[in-house]
Amino acid sequence: MTAPLLDVSDLSVEFPQRRRRLQALDRISFTLEAGEVLGFVGESGAGKSLTGAAIMGLLEPPGRITGGRITLQGQRIDGRAETVRGRRIGMIFQDPLTSLNPLRTVGDQLVETIQIHLDMDADAAAVRAGELLDEVGIDRSRIGAYPHEFSGGMRQRIVIALALAPEPELIIADEPTTALDVSIQAQVLALLRRLCKERGAAVILITHDMGVIAETTDRVAVLYAGRLVETGHTAEVISAPRHPYTRGLMAATPNLDHVSVDTVLPQIPGSMPSLADLPPGCRFHPRCGDVMPVCRRTAASFAEGVACHLYNTQSPEAG
Amino acid sequence: MADKAYLQVSGLSRHFDISDPFLARLLTGGARRKLTAVDNVSFSIERGQTYALVGESGSGKSTIARMIVGLERPDSGSIRFDGRTAFDERQGQVQDNSLRQNLQMVFQSPYSSLNPRWRVGDILMEPIRAFDLIAEPQARRRRVHELLDQVGLSAQDAQRYPHEFSGGQRQRISIARALASNPQFIVCDEPTSALDVSVQAQVLNLLKQLQRDLQLTYLFISHDMAVVRVMAHRIGVLKNGRLVEENAAGPLIDAPQDPYTRMLMESTPRFAGGGATG
Repeated sequence: MTAPLLDVSDLSVEFPQRRRRLQALDRISFTLEAGEVLGFVGESGAGKSLTGAAIMGLLEPPGRITGGRITLQGQRIDGRAETVRGRRIGMIFQDPLTSLNPLRTVGDQLVETIQIHLDMDADAAAVRAGELLDEVGIDRSRIGAYPHEFSGGMRQRIVIALALAPEPELIIADEPTTALDVSIQAQVLALLRRLCKERGAAVILITHDMGVIAETTDRVAVLYAGRLVETGHTAEVISAPRHPYTRGLMAATPNLDHVSVDTVLPQIPGSMPSLADLPPGCRFHPRCGDVMPVCRRTAASFAEGVACHLYNTQSPEAG
Repeated sequence: MADKAYLQVSGLSRHFDISDPFLARLLTGGARRKLTAVDNVSFSIERGQTYALVGESGSGKSTIARMIVGLERPDSGSIRFDGRTAFDERQGQVQDNSLRQNLQMVFQSPYSSLNPRWRVGDILMEPIRAFDLIAEPQARRRRVHELLDQVGLSAQDAQRYPHEFSGGQRQRISIARALASNPQFIVCDEPTSALDVSVQAQVLNLLKQLQRDLQLTYLFISHDMAVVRVMAHRIGVLKNGRLVEENAAGPLIDAPQDPYTRMLMESTPRFAGGGATG
């Protein structure tokens, strides 16, 4: 068996404060194969964007990686993400307008990106830029236009073209369609998925939307308060979620096919704890309907795709 | 049937002037340009029910909401509450305190719609004071505690500031403020689109429970078909300022007639299994 494209093991991130350290990510482990789309889902504060930022080496100080390792094709990249950032790992952010330079044409920006990362002369880079625009469904005649001349959906297509320009092995897309209308969202996600599959590039798709996960990803990782609570093939997790948080998250999402005005949505009581005030044991236990005494004392270890005492046969008190 | 309608909107239109500045027009010979944000929209809402306006950005749904509560002046058409005129072309905007007291609004962002320098108790007291509803200070405080209780917060929360609360709790405070003047009608403009899914469910359920308990009438603005399906008795689909389809929620969702409605439905991400069953 060959090594996976990306291997993250026991990744921990902390934010030191004056008297204590806030643990924002707690021993996150996952792998990603070439051409695979992995979704990270969770609510605000779960640590999904932070996981992406840690891989890219874009943690905001004073946040720092305090444990674990990140390897890209067998090569350690934690601590030297600047050697792969942009070139081997591309990034797509939520708001396309802030990712583009408003004072330069999209063609200029594409050519610059291509020339920084690939050994290409200006003419060849310009031709490549035109091809990239074609590939994301924008007429190459618009290569001289400025970002403000495009709609939101087209801008995000341009950002995708920029991220793909250096032929990266991995794309991290952090809520790429949250700022877009639903009709545009579907197009942009389909485009991202198709282009990455064609090139064999892997994708980490960060989103809060279970529907987006279901329609776009091959595998899914569910995060809660800085810990991985469940992973698995998307179809399996969606059809049979195991962790009570995953179940709660899916039940609380209004499903067009199953609800009506008489529906009372199943709700998860309370809200995500702040990092400064994390409960002991399993971090989900104060909101969990299946809570057992053991959950208040110790967190379940992650085994067979889920971190929950309900499924952990080693924990003495679990049935 | 007509007597059951609580809100009646007919022929509502609003244009915005998007012309170049005067001097630029003079130099280039350019004409004035008009953007039609809302184009001849008519609908009515029955008492105690929820009417949802759904559409994408720029469809005019928020402009309609703002015209109904009086934050924006319509160019033409009329708005009637409970048989009383709030706006028509002859009288313009009717200034009537008892009318205003009966309609309130819950805004999208729970972060920008609460004054950060006011304690929650003062925020809830403001509508009571403005409409002169309760004179006696003791009774006012009791009313504030009752409002907090109604939205699932506690009496001690009156002493705290908005920043001490999470997004979902802040939206509960916004709802309590809307309830403070004993309104009959509340406009909810994307009240949960800034919230996490698990918290969204709490707020949607709260709004539905308050509707039952207080016989409230809602105008619910949203871009999310699934959320609208949970909340609305009737749905109007807006596109470029026009109502393209309008029907009771069940038939509209199950058998959408307009191609735009069908496109919205098909674009809504969904998943088999899980999810709430009726």
